[in-house]
Amino acid sequence: MAAHLKKRVYEEFSKVVQIPHEEVPAKKLRLSKPSKSAALHVDLCKATNSTDALQYLLQFARKPVEAESVEGVVRILLEHYYKETDNSVRLKIASLLGLLSKTQGFSPDCIVDDVISTLNNEKSHQVLVQLLDTLLVIGTQLPENPAVRQRLIEVACKHLSDTYFGVRIKCLQLLGCLGTVDAPLTKDNEGQGMSTGGVRDVQNVISDYFGDQDPRVRTAAIKAMLQLHERGMKIHQIIYDQACRLLSDDYEQVRSAAVQMVWVLSQLYPESIVPIPSSNEEIRLVDDSFGKISHMVSDGSWMVRVQAAKTLGSMLQVSPHFLEQTLDKKLMSDLRRKRTAHERAKELYTSGEFSSGRKWADDAPKEKVDTNAVNLIASGACGAFVHGLEDEMYEVRIAAVEALCLLARSSPSFAEKCLDFLVDMFNDEIEEVRLQSIHVLREISTHITLREDQLDTVLAVLEDSSRDIREALHELLCYTNVSTKECIQLALLELLKNLNKYPTDRNSVWKCLKFLGSRHPTLVLPLVPELLSTHPYFDTPEPDMDDPAYIAVLVLVFNAAKSCPTMPALFSDHTFRHYAYLRDSLSHLVPPLRLPGRKPLYGLDSVDSGGGSGSVEAAHLFLQQSLNRVSTVQNLEAPGAQDLLDFTIRDLQRLGQLQPELAGAADFSATYLRCQLLLMKALQEKLWNMAVPLCLKQNATATAAARQILEETYKLEFLYSGLESRQVATIHHVRLQAKALQLVLTARTRRGLEPLIGSCEKFLQDVESFQRLFLTELPHLQDSFVEKLLELMPRLSSCKPAELVKILQTTLRQSGLLQLRLPEQIHRATATIIEPTGESDNPLRFTSGLVVALDLDATLEHVQDPQNTVKVQLLYPDGQSHVIQPRPGDFRKPGPHRHRLITQVYLSHTAWTEPCQVEVRLLLAYSSSSSSSSSSSSKAGWSDSTDSLPPPEAAIEGTIPFSKSVKVFIMPKPARR
Amino acid sequence: MPEIKVTPLGAGQDVGRSCILVSIGGKNIMLDCGMHMGYNDDRRFPDFSYITQNGRLTEFLDCVIISHFHLDHCGALPYMSEMVGYDGPIYMTHPTKAICPILLEDFRKITVDKKGETNFFTSQMIKDCMKKVIPLNLHQTVQVDDELEIKAYYAGHVLGAAMVHIKVGSESVVYTGDYNMTPDRHLGAAWIDKCRPDILISESTYATTIRDSKRCRERDFLKKVHETIERGGKVLIPVFALGRAQELCILLETFWERMNLKAPIYFSTGLTEKANHYYKLFITWTNQKIRKTFVQRNMFEFKHIKAFDRSYADNPGPMVVFATPGMLHAGQSLQIFKKWAGNEKNMVIMPGYCVQGTIGHKILNGQRKLEMEGRATLDVKLQVEYMSFSAHADAKGIMQLIRMAEPRNMLLVHGEAAKMEFLKGKIEQEFNINCYMPANGETETVTTNPSVPVDISLNLLKREMALGGPLPDTKKPRTMHGTLIMKENSLRLVSPEQALKELGLNEHQLRFTCRVQLQDPHSDSDTLHRIYTHLKSVLKGYTIQHLPDSTVMVESIVIKLSSSAEDPNTKVLLLSWSYQVIDLSYSQLLLNIRKKLTCSR
Repeated sequence: MAAHLKKRVYEEFSKVVQIPHEEVPAKKLRLSKPSKSAALHVDLCKATNSTDALQYLLQFARKPVEAESVEGVVRILLEHYYKETDNSVRLKIASLLGLLSKTQGFSPDCIVDDVISTLNNEKSHQVLVQLLDTLLVIGTQLPENPAVRQRLIEVACKHLSDTYFGVRIKCLQLLGCLGTVDAPLTKDNEGQGMSTGGVRDVQNVISDYFGDQDPRVRTAAIKAMLQLHERGMKIHQIIYDQACRLLSDDYEQVRSAAVQMVWVLSQLYPESIVPIPSSNEEIRLVDDSFGKISHMVSDGSWMVRVQAAKTLGSMLQVSPHFLEQTLDKKLMSDLRRKRTAHERAKELYTSGEFSSGRKWADDAPKEKVDTNAVNLIASGACGAFVHGLEDEMYEVRIAAVEALCLLARSSPSFAEKCLDFLVDMFNDEIEEVRLQSIHVLREISTHITLREDQLDTVLAVLEDSSRDIREALHELLCYTNVSTKECIQLALLELLKNLNKYPTDRNSVWKCLKFLGSRHPTLVLPLVPELLSTHPYFDTPEPDMDDPAYIAVLVLVFNAAKSCPTMPALFSDHTFRHYAYLRDSLSHLVPPLRLPGRKPLYGLDSVDSGGGSGSVEAAHLFLQQSLNRVSTVQNLEAPGAQDLLDFTIRDLQRLGQLQPELAGAADFSATYLRCQLLLMKALQEKLWNMAVPLCLKQNATATAAARQILEETYKLEFLYSGLESRQVATIHHVRLQAKALQLVLTARTRRGLEPLIGSCEKFLQDVESFQRLFLTELPHLQDSFVEKLLELMPRLSSCKPAELVKILQTTLRQSGLLQLRLPEQIHRATATIIEPTGESDNPLRFTSGLVVALDLDATLEHVQDPQNTVKVQLLYPDGQSHVIQPRPGDFRKPGPHRHRLITQVYLSHTAWTEPCQVEVRLLLAYSSSSSSSSSSSSKAGWSDSTDSLPPPEAAIEGTIPFSKSVKVFIMPKPARR
Repeated sequence: MPEIKVTPLGAGQDVGRSCILVSIGGKNIMLDCGMHMGYNDDRRFPDFSYITQNGRLTEFLDCVIISHFHLDHCGALPYMSEMVGYDGPIYMTHPTKAICPILLEDFRKITVDKKGETNFFTSQMIKDCMKKVIPLNLHQTVQVDDELEIKAYYAGHVLGAAMVHIKVGSESVVYTGDYNMTPDRHLGAAWIDKCRPDILISESTYATTIRDSKRCRERDFLKKVHETIERGGKVLIPVFALGRAQELCILLETFWERMNLKAPIYFSTGLTEKANHYYKLFITWTNQKIRKTFVQRNMFEFKHIKAFDRSYADNPGPMVVFATPGMLHAGQSLQIFKKWAGNEKNMVIMPGYCVQGTIGHKILNGQRKLEMEGRATLDVKLQVEYMSFSAHADAKGIMQLIRMAEPRNMLLVHGEAAKMEFLKGKIEQEFNINCYMPANGETETVTTNPSVPVDISLNLLKREMALGGPLPDTKKPRTMHGTLIMKENSLRLVSPEQALKELGLNEHQLRFTCRVQLQDPHSDSDTLHRIYTHLKSVLKGYTIQHLPDSTVMVESIVIKLSSSAEDPNTKVLLLSWSYQVIDLSYSQLLLNIRKKLTCSR
């Protein structure tokens, strides 16, 4: 019966949801409070054995409980708890208490006493653990209550000496979460025979358990200490010795936690001095801990190794000579530097006693060695990274590579040293590791100059079949410095080989050469005659302009020539012609050059070359001025206002083309102004004065304008990143105006009241939601359309549609132009499809009905969350269109705000007779509900209720095309039978 | 004191013929049973007559453990078990058990069929021998008998190589076999837990070597191969059929895959195909990468590596050939070498050790003119490279293993004496433990200090726990009262009462008494009362009772007074206490009473 009753209650409940938001809470409470506790009570009383009771409790736990009825429920549970003899049921009740005290809006301090008293009477260890857990939850819910906190700490201290490990662990957690340094503790149950320390603080108590017999408790003790640290308490330095001892614990989780502990201490007291055992030297604590953690990189457990390797990366204060030891296998094999000045030093080493395994019989017995000089387990950091990078588990290797990166970024000399090791990692068996090490090398490449032999090994990777690796390597080459002209030649040669083997890398290789050239103009200079194959007195044949390899060479040379004015003298005639051609066709790769006897090709060049920061500032000023000028236009019907807007829009668009830095801002403002202009035009039509039937045509243009404004507002909102809520409000405002315009137009054209009433209501809802969303922005919207509307709101909601339309019409016309304030950084999302190029005349043939894969390669700029928003659209000649969602794995992120989509699009069609073009383009999907989701974010309770509120306004979803479409020839052939 | 004895029959200060006898806790174990590659006479096998002059070995050995399938670790096994005679258990891991007979059979064929030796073990003997083998799994504790247990750990030297932990009671020995601490392309690194054995018997092949990073060597190798291929040259890599060959195959295979190379790679057929088959099966024994990717593709199913045919050697164009045997002393590798030696574009890469006298050894030492049989000479124009790919732990690796296992003593085998000496010094200096390096036939004796486990009754433990302080000090030793009962090979600690009960004895009370003569004029009862009040005033904190039968009790000390008949002034004070009373020393009490009474007189 009870269950049935409950079910009915919930049915009622689910109906209630449909009623508008404000009324819901009151009604919900009234209905559910008595039923909840009562139902539970009835259930528990009915339970004849423990299994039944457990079942009821489990069922109960699935439903949420409201804040007001929690206390009642808790009382019932506690009452039952005292009566219950079965451990498992008591355990479940204890866990429920914990869950219930997490309920929002319920203050659990009233049940603290009850829980503590049950704790004192409890015999079962498991239930004790659960009760302490409940207390932990309560304690974390009440951070502001020192009295409760103090009591809980006392309880924890009291149970610390329990024989069951679980209880001790929970007590330590409690201490870690709630303990304070300032409140000293007395440990009252100190053993009789032992010397009582009297007043002790939390850290002292916790550190006692570093030596517990159970490894789990030891781990919990360290974790509790770390928790104290996280809560902002300063850990005493005394702990350091204990933590170091735990590094050699038998259990991996203890060692892992101890590594963290040692790290924390090394960050807290980097400069304090610790003695080295077995000698009377002293070193800085951070160095000591660095050495100890380095030791852990060769630990037996890989989890600890990962932890240690990661930790090493964040110890930036360590002294340089310690740091450099990590790459050193001491004096046995510093054999990495072949073919360098270190050759002699290397021979000295090999003549010692250690063979490298690189030469035959170099470990033949030699003269007696000075064994004291060789230290096999060097104290300290010796060779930690050498081990980490050679580890069996790739997790460790990646962690080591990352740590190398962090350390190298802060220390140029270390960066120099770790170069060889990173280069070695290019040969790892796991692609992820290879990729990571290439990225790392790129990040530290500002510090280093590659030697020829190193470059050689780096370039060997260019033949890798993985595209990611190759592109990462190109990226790396863009940033590297090389030392000699042979290096440049070598790099060029390898890149051309790469180009030959993988023609798809064309763009990336060219880009790479562009940077290589502009970075090393002086190194390129002596190579020019050879590269361009010019000859002092013979004319050489003119190379083929379509050869990608030749273009690559030219890109290198032209970019070097930019900062090397003597270079153009070496060019032959056709080189100049080719320059002109390339400057036009590949302007992003070929810089403007001041060539002797040639005028700059067009004005743009001078803008660019005279560029730099000054021009950006000037452009920014110009942008600001244009906007200010527009803002003076108050009355939309003023003569010349339209012209002014027209000109400004044009100016802004041009500015966007000239200054890529400001393109986002300029485009954004231009689009916004265009919306305003359209609105203005629509309102200015004479049609408003004419009789309805006479102006159908004009009506059509106005309707179109309204629709266009709506579309533009969606673009404004979703295509640009870096918008603040101020701008969003402005956009929504324009959208509201457009909707108003639509409404007015519908009112004029349509007969009949029914549809009008509906759309009026909808409009009013829109206004309301606007008010709700942008409450904070309203003060900025002075004298605007919305403000006027909101003033009239009470009247609007009661009046008739016809009247409403009239009011809207006047307000629309009276409202002024809302001034646009630009945020710091606005970027427009753009996408460029690199592949397919759309140039091919060979159709892609496939059997109709089957699928063909089309490789798609595109770069996306300033797109947030591309995995969810970017889609590929296919438009077939017959008007069919397909939207394809690429897999999340197809997006790569080569740089900040930049994404790369490399995917395959599957297309298929029925047979055609002629090859036809299919259009491919990228779409940006949006849904307006995502921007206004603030209302639905408040999730109720501790178990997810299935019946959530529907979103207040229907989500508007749509897509914006944001790339140029590319045409691909395809030819589905009929299947052969 | 109990002792562990270790006697190498082979591999003592030597490489090859590994065979080590260990006596531990009354058990005799033979670790490995290998042959020596350098000899063709009796010295080839270990001297089993050391164990017994005549008769079978079964009664002298409790078990034999084979660490891996290399012939210098298992080559003498059929000889020992079938020809000398041993019927006890032989332990080895699953891959070793699978691959070992193939190698033994191959070895037998070469010695018997090619060299024509007689009095050698037969195929049937190999089969019979393998029937005695009990396979081991990693980390599985196998009970050989009631007391002896063994456990295998991953050693990473070749597929299926294992280290063994041998334990009798609380004494234990770890034998490493051959092991490798740096992972390679197909195997992981050796690993052992902190088992703290009494002796760690470790190989020390590379006792004085610290090798360059693996990656660096691999890169050099690949670069050399790649360059030769690009030049259009041919690369010959002489290898032994198992172990390194597979590693190099994987290395080249992945490189070919990565770099999209087209030149063919060949592998001489025969033994290798069978072995590769086992490599495919024992994926769990390989490294992380192969284990994780074998679902998509088993790394040992080579795409680019094909079987070699004699006629391919004359094909034009670049190619890479793996050929056996590894030291260029005979067989296919030598044939191919002869064909290619004249062209300077070609290259031979020796990936491992070469014995003196082989062609491999000669060309590595720079000899450019070789004398062939039949007085012909061969000009060596091709490039000769050496790359060490052998998978033994280097000095640092050995140290790392010692740190992992934390042994109490160290014993080095399987290495050259001079090199061992150096490492021995290092180990003693760094870890402060004894290190031994016995020669063949020498016995090293290590005394151990085993802890003796004692059963304790739960009640006693709980009672003593309740008396002691709180828990955090549990790691500190704590004294407790109890009775140790040694009965029928078992030790038990019980409470005294229970011990009495079990032994059927009554409890005896031991009391000490003492007489003190006093001169006191008062009557007996008065004197006693004075003593009582005095004690009460002096000894605060003790319970002092004046009992009606004219005695005074201080805690459990009884004080009685009697006066002698002839002299009533001379009082005799009787004190009696049991032996447990410690804190209230009786002398102090006496002193007190006497002082009081004398001054009150």
